[in-house]
Amino acid sequence: MERHFDEELKDLNLLILKMASVAEEAIFKSVEALRRQDKKLAEEVIGSDKIIDDLELEIDERCIDLLATKQPMAKDLRFITTGIRITTDLERIADLAVDIAERAEELVDQPLVKPLIDIPKLAVLAQEMVKGALDSFVKRDIDLARNVRNRDDEADHLRDLVQKELIEIVSQDGSKAPRSIPLLLVARHLERICDHATNIAEDVVYMVEGMVIKHRPF
Amino acid sequence: MGKIIAKNLDFYYKDFQALKNINLEISEKKITAIIGPSGCGKSTLLRCFNRMNDLIEGIRLEGEILIDGVNIYRDDSDLLFLRKKVGMVFQRPNPFALSIYENIAFGLKIHNMAKRKEIPKIVEDCLNSVHLLDEVRDRLNTSALKLSLEQKQRLCIARTLAVKPEVILMDEPCSALDPLATLKIEELMQELRKDYTIVIVTHNMQQAARVSDETGFMLLGELVEFGKTQDIFTRPGDKRTEDYITGRFG
Repeated sequence: MERHFDEELKDLNLLILKMASVAEEAIFKSVEALRRQDKKLAEEVIGSDKIIDDLELEIDERCIDLLATKQPMAKDLRFITTGIRITTDLERIADLAVDIAERAEELVDQPLVKPLIDIPKLAVLAQEMVKGALDSFVKRDIDLARNVRNRDDEADHLRDLVQKELIEIVSQDGSKAPRSIPLLLVARHLERICDHATNIAEDVVYMVEGMVIKHRPF
Repeated sequence: MGKIIAKNLDFYYKDFQALKNINLEISEKKITAIIGPSGCGKSTLLRCFNRMNDLIEGIRLEGEILIDGVNIYRDDSDLLFLRKKVGMVFQRPNPFALSIYENIAFGLKIHNMAKRKEIPKIVEDCLNSVHLLDEVRDRLNTSALKLSLEQKQRLCIARTLAVKPEVILMDEPCSALDPLATLKIEELMQELRKDYTIVIVTHNMQQAARVSDETGFMLLGELVEFGKTQDIFTRPGDKRTEDYITGRFG
C-alpha cells in the first residue's frame, strides 16, 4: 500500500542525493584545483560551501518534522535517522573540500616541493570511497557499503606515506616547510574524507539491515 | 522462567480458530504489549490468561497456559483464586455502581482478605498508589459513577490492586481516554511494573512502544514475532511486522 508518507520519504531521499552530488563535486574540484594550481577553481569550491550548509539545514529540518509528525517505525525510522547522520558527514566532507581548496590557493604560483604521486592516489581513493558509500545508499547495497568500509586502511596507509616523505623533505631543507605543510594538511583532509565515507557506509548497513557495525571490527 | 507461559496454544470459538499454536513467555515484573490489527486474536489471548473466555459458549482450548509453572486450565483450577491473582482492566472503565470506597473494599470483602478495621487503610493505600486519593479524599462515600472517565479507569486499577494480584491484564485501557489522561495511566503503569507483571493489548503502536519492555505482534491468530520492544520497533525480523508497524499493511 502506497502511503502519502512514501512521497515525503522520496523527497527526502532526493534532497540527500542532491547534497551528495554537490559534496562529490566539491572534492573533485578541490583536488583538481590543487593539481592544476587553479586559483579560480579553488575559489569556486570555497563559494559552493553555502549551498551545502543550506541543504544540511533543510534536510535536518525535514527529518525532524517527519520524526515529530509521522512517528516513523522500523525501516522508515532507520532511513530518517540515517538521513540526519549522512547529512552531517556530507557537510563535513564539503568542509574538508573547502580546506583542500584553501591549501590549493596557498600553493598557487609556487613550485611544488615534490611531484604529486601519493596525494592524487589518495584523492582518487577518497572520491571512490565517497562515491561507493553514496551508491550503496542509493541502491541500499550493503555489500558495496562493506566494501567501502574495508578500504579505510588504504587511506591511512597513503596518508602515512605522504607524511613520511614530506617530513623527510622538511628535515633536509627547513625552507621548504611553508610549501610542504599545506600538502601534509591536504593528505590529512583527504584521509578524513575517507573516514566520513566509511561512516556513511556503516550508516547504510544500519539503515538496510538494522545492524550496527560502527566501532566494531566485523 | 517466565511468569506466564503459553505452550502450543490453540483456541476456537466453535469452528473458528482464533489462536493458532501460540508459544510465548511473559516475563515477570515487566510490561508486555500485544499488538496487531482488529480481529487478530490479541484480546482472545489476553483473556485466556485469566480464563475470561470460559464465560463464552462454544469455546475450546488446546495446549497449556502456565502461570508460575502451573497449568491454569487443569481440571481442579480454582477460578476465583486465578482471577484474584490475575486481575484485569478493561477498555471502558467499569466501576461498580457503588461508592468510591466500596468499589475498592468489594474485592477485599468477597475474598475475605482483611479484617473490617483494616479495610479503610487498604482502601486509602490502593487509591494512593493510583494517585487518586488526593482527588477524592473528601468524597469517598459518593458514587464512583460521578468520577471522570480517567479517574474511573484509575479507580478500576486500584480495585484490581486491592486484592493483591501478581499479574494485571489491560485490554485497551486508554482507548476511551484523551491524551493527557492516557499519559497519566501510562505513567502509572511504569510505577506498577516494579511490583506487577503487566500485559497490555493495544491498538496504539506508539503506546506499545512507549510503555512496554517486550512486544508481540499478532496476525490472523498467529504470534508472528515476539521480542524486545526496541527491536520490534526499530528492526523487526518479520516482513509482516514491518509492514504493520510502518502502516504499509493492506
